[in-house]
Amino acid sequence: MNAETLLVLLYVLVLASFVGFELISKVPPTLHTPLMSGSNAISGITIVGAIVAAGPQDWSMSKGLGIVALLLATLNVVGGYVVTDRMLQMFKKKKK
Amino acid sequence: MLEKDLLIRIAYLVASVLFIIGIKMLGKTSTARQGNSLSAVAMLIAILATLLDSQVLSLTEIFVTILIGSAIGAVIARRVEMTSMPEMVAIFNGFGGAASVLVAASAYWALAHTAGVSMDAVVSVTVVISIIIGAVTLTGSLVAFGKLKGIINGRSVTFGGQHALNAILFLSTIALSVMVVLEPNEEIYMLGVIVIALLLGILTVIPIGGADMPVVISLLNSYSGIAAAATGFVLNNQVLIIAGALVGASGIILTQIMCKAMNRSLTNVLLGGFGQTKAGATSESGEEIVVKEVGVEETAMLFDSASSVIIVPGYGMAVAQAQHVVRELTDLLEKRGTSVKFAIHPVAGRMPGHMNVLLAEANIPYDKLVEMDHINDEFANTDIALIIGANDVVNPAARTNPGSPIFGMPVLNADKARTVIVCKRSMNAGYAGIENELFGYPNCLMLFGDAKSSMAKVVSELKESVTA
Repeated sequence: MNAETLLVLLYVLVLASFVGFELISKVPPTLHTPLMSGSNAISGITIVGAIVAAGPQDWSMSKGLGIVALLLATLNVVGGYVVTDRMLQMFKKKKK
Repeated sequence: MLEKDLLIRIAYLVASVLFIIGIKMLGKTSTARQGNSLSAVAMLIAILATLLDSQVLSLTEIFVTILIGSAIGAVIARRVEMTSMPEMVAIFNGFGGAASVLVAASAYWALAHTAGVSMDAVVSVTVVISIIIGAVTLTGSLVAFGKLKGIINGRSVTFGGQHALNAILFLSTIALSVMVVLEPNEEIYMLGVIVIALLLGILTVIPIGGADMPVVISLLNSYSGIAAAATGFVLNNQVLIIAGALVGASGIILTQIMCKAMNRSLTNVLLGGFGQTKAGATSESGEEIVVKEVGVEETAMLFDSASSVIIVPGYGMAVAQAQHVVRELTDLLEKRGTSVKFAIHPVAGRMPGHMNVLLAEANIPYDKLVEMDHINDEFANTDIALIIGANDVVNPAARTNPGSPIFGMPVLNADKARTVIVCKRSMNAGYAGIENELFGYPNCLMLFGDAKSSMAKVVSELKESVTA
């Protein structure tokens, strides 16, 4: 990786962080728990890296680590989204 | 660039946009559920695109692993009790951190073992950062999980030389990291970094006491995002960086909100030691608090003649599983024209917004739940403040007693109501380990007993008085 690529990635990081701060500072307290478990699921995006790491045909230490990472990341992603959906389903306004 | 690679990159871009829109929609109650689904779709797109990657050859193993992971994840997510949400978020943060460590370690291993390829400094720096953040997230989350579950001592654990030890460990992490960058092929340095970072995660969460758990969970949530972003640097992958940064930002904001709600600085929380001193164990004069007890019949009579009620729920209510009977009480009172509202303190429950979820589960409409700042002036015009399973968040010492450890923390002014009824199991101190002088106030009545059964009795008394 050269310095230029690194710089581009840093730009992406900084801008995305600002977007994050902007979006989330307005979330009402009612939604803090779902927000947390929902963003928890998003942090499971590491699954993308895990798939690449688990990708090689031949078994190696590197691939083994990737498979374990994939298992944990999948748990994180699926569990996070399902539980968030379960919670949000319960939020209702006054009936009728 | 190959056409397939281009396609993958475009898919990542689409996923990033959907993540951002999804998070935006999560911020409004009316759109939150769709927002969550949208972000799940984004995740699916990112996963499918990655499967097209020319480096990804072992599709069978990958599918089997994903299938197993999904099944376990879905089962946990469906079974978990709403009271246990903080534990679940904590352990999932840990999984996210572990995944980051493993992915970075895997990338390191592959590079270190490819003959003739030397690892360049930028790559080894990103690998090391990714491993450190991921490892701290992993063990920190496991300790937080253990504390919430009660497997390990929930109170603050401190010992002599703790800060010195942490400082030494921190410095050795940096020293070892430098060695990894200088000698990327010497695995021993990398192993050292991993082990010490894992230790640091344990040691930084151990001193944080039970009442501060909402802060820790928010902070670890942030770490898990930062860890994902760091992995993005290792793999040169923007979607990881964007998604990770969003989560990192969200966790930091929630951490700030929680700190503000407790009037503590983040450093103060992290250094720990709160809630174990005896300083607050006595009220300012040191004399014993004399309380007035009340029975269920009298409580029912008080409710009968009240025209406005504010309920202050705390985690104790959820532990006693009293939220459903509280809803019954609410319905009953509303039917007789009494106004009922719920006052929600930002740190009610054990994670940000936890109480709202617990009440939503009991079918209490969310527009009845009022935030602290909006309801605090209303207590003075309210007939009854009913406090169920809450303690520290209604302690007037936070406003009046500069000697109290919680002095300055924003609290609900429940003591200003004409009558305060406290439903509590015993006179034990709250989660923060502090006595509450409110219980000795002249307008305060104590209804001792299990919250669920006491409330059930009050409800049936009230029903009888209607028919009678």
